[in-house]
Amino acid sequence: MGWAIAIHGGAGDIPLSLPPEKRLPREAGLRRCLDVGIAALKSRNHPLDVVELVVRELENHPNFNAGKGSVLTTTGTVEMEACIMDGKTMKCGAVSGVSTVVNAISLARLVMEKTPHIYLAFDGAEAFAREQGLETVEMSHFITPENIERLKQAQEADRVQIDYTQPIQKEAPKDAALADGDSQIGTVGCVAVDNEGNLATATSTGGLVNKMVGRIGDTPVIGAGTYANYLCAVSATGRGEAIIRGTVARDVAAVMEFKGISLKEAAAYVIDRVPQGTAGLIAVSSTGEIAMPFNTTGMFRACATEDGYSEIAIWDSPSK
Amino acid sequence: MGGWAIAVHGGAGVDPNLPKERQEEAKRLLTRCLHIGISALRSNLPAIDVVELVVRELETDPLFNSGRGSALTEKGTVEMEASIMDGPKRRCGAVSGLTTVKNPVSLARLVMDKTPHSYLAFAGAEEFARKQGVELVDNDYFITEDNVGMLKLAKEANSILFDYRIPTLGTCGGGAAMESPIQMNGLPISVYAPETVGCVVVDKEGRCAAATSTGGLMNKMTGRIGDSPLIGSGTYACDLVGVSCTGEGEAIIRSTLAREVAAVMEYKGLSLHEAVDYVIKYRLDEGKAGLIAVSKNGEVACGFNTTGMFRGCATEDGFMEVGVW
Repeated sequence: MGWAIAIHGGAGDIPLSLPPEKRLPREAGLRRCLDVGIAALKSRNHPLDVVELVVRELENHPNFNAGKGSVLTTTGTVEMEACIMDGKTMKCGAVSGVSTVVNAISLARLVMEKTPHIYLAFDGAEAFAREQGLETVEMSHFITPENIERLKQAQEADRVQIDYTQPIQKEAPKDAALADGDSQIGTVGCVAVDNEGNLATATSTGGLVNKMVGRIGDTPVIGAGTYANYLCAVSATGRGEAIIRGTVARDVAAVMEFKGISLKEAAAYVIDRVPQGTAGLIAVSSTGEIAMPFNTTGMFRACATEDGYSEIAIWDSPSK
Repeated sequence: MGGWAIAVHGGAGVDPNLPKERQEEAKRLLTRCLHIGISALRSNLPAIDVVELVVRELETDPLFNSGRGSALTEKGTVEMEASIMDGPKRRCGAVSGLTTVKNPVSLARLVMDKTPHSYLAFAGAEEFARKQGVELVDNDYFITEDNVGMLKLAKEANSILFDYRIPTLGTCGGGAAMESPIQMNGLPISVYAPETVGCVVVDKEGRCAAATSTGGLMNKMTGRIGDSPLIGSGTYACDLVGVSCTGEGEAIIRSTLAREVAAVMEYKGLSLHEAVDYVIKYRLDEGKAGLIAVSKNGEVACGFNTTGMFRGCATEDGFMEVGVW
C-alpha cells in the first residue's frame, strides 16, 4: 500500500492572474514542506509526528495564513488557532487565540498529550505554552506587510460597502482582500498515512482577515476543519462559518462509512454540499487514497505517495 | 406523528446516593422549564426562540451547572460557554470564556444573528456583549457556596470531580459507587463533567433547534473549552433533528456526538430512537455521556450510558415525563 501525504496552503478566490512574484514563493513553500513530509515518512516517523512537523514548516513560511504570515484581526492583532488529531486513537488537541507562540500546532499537540483536556484558548492557552517552555515571541513577529495591507483594504471595503449598496468585489484590486474579508490565502494543513494505516491530520491558521477579536473558525473545531478516525484524515480550509455548519471534516469519514463509498467520492460529495466558493479539503484514507477537492477558484496544495507520485497545484482538477 | 416536541436536560452522570431532596428539586426545575417551553410552543414561538428561552431559565437557576451555579475553574472563577443551532438553515452561534454575561445562550444567539461569525470567545466575546448591551454582572454572581465546596474537594482529591458529590459528608460514598478515576488523554484523573444544561425543540412547522450551556468541568484549566460550544459535538440541529449532549466533554468531542445522531439518520436512514440508541451504544467507546433529541416528525428521545441523566420531555399529544434514572 505505501504511505501517502497531502498538504494545503489554503483554498479561496485565488485569481488565475496571480502574478509570479506571489505564486512562485508559495509553490516553492509547498514543495519544500512536502519534501519535509516525504523525508519524515521515508524515515518511518509516525504520521502524527509527520503532520506536526510539516505544519510547523508551513506556519514558519510567511506566505501562508498561519504562524508567521497570519492574517490580522480587526484591531490589527494576530490570533492563531490550530488542531491536531490521531486517527487510530482519536486523541486530539486544539488551541485558539494564540498570539505569541511561534508554532501553534505544537501547542495543540501538547494540549493533547499533557493535559486532561482537548482544547485551550486565549490566556489559558498562552499560560500553558509558557509552562511547557514553548518558544514564544512578540506578536509583531507574525505580522507581515502583506497582511497589514490586506487588513487595510478589507476595512476600506467594509467602509465603502456601508456607503454603497452594490458589492465591492468588482472594484477591488485583484490582489486585494475582498469585501467579505476573504483573501487568496486560507489556512494550512497536512494529512498523512503510513503503510500500516496510521492516520493523522493537522491544521493551523490565522483565521479570517478583519475578523472580530475573539472569533473562532473551523480549524480548532473537531469535526469541522479537522478530523481523523480509522478510515481517513481530513483538513479543511475556506470560509470557517460554512465549514462549521457543514461539519465538513467529520462528514467525509461519515459518508465513507455510511454510504460505503471511496475517499474521493466522499470528499467530492461533501464539498458539493457546501456553498460554492466556500471550501476545500485534503484527505488521505487508511488505504493510501488521496483526495483534494475544492469549490473555490483554487487551493494551494501538494501531495505525494510512496510509489513516487507527487503533485503541486493551485487551480484545476477540482475533483482531485 | 407531527406536532411539537420538547426535551430538556440538566446533565448526564448522577450520584446514586444523591439525597432525595436534591432529586426532587431537580425534577421541579425540569418540570418548570418544560412548562415554559410548552407555553411558548402553544403561543407559536419558533423552535429557535423556545430553546433559548428554556436554556435562559436553566442558566438563571443556580441548581445545574450553567450561568449561576456554574462549576469553577482551577482558579475559583467561572468561565461559561454555550451554543445554539437553528435546524432549517443550520445557522449557529457559540460563545466560550464568558465571565460576566448573565445568559450565555443569549449571547450565542446574538453571535448567530448579529455577526458574520459563528463563534466568539473570551475578551472578544465579552466586548461584543458590552456593545450589544446584554445584561452583565460580576463574576461573583455565578459562584455558589456549593461549588466553592466542590472545588476544594476536587483539589484535595487532585482530580476532576463530577457534580453532586455531597460536600458535607466528605466520604467517598457517592464517588465509590461510580467508576474509580478514569484515564483521559492518558492522564489518571477521574473524568466527569458537572451538569451541563440543554434543550431541543421541534415546533409545529417541523423546525428543529438545539441549545446547550455550561460552566464546564470543575477545576478545569482556565481557557479550557469543552464540547458544549462546539457545533457537531455538544449541539447540532438540521432539517431532520435537534440534539444536545452532556457528559464527558472530551469523549463527546472525539465522537462528534450530536452530529453523529443526525448523520446516522441521514445516511443510514435510522429513526430518531434507533439513531440515539445506536450512537450511545456504539459511538462512545469508553466515554460516558447522554443526549436529548427531537425529530422533525415530532418525536422525542433521550439516551445515556451514565448512571442517570436529569431530563424531561413532552409532546403535543399530551405526553410528559421527567426523570433522573
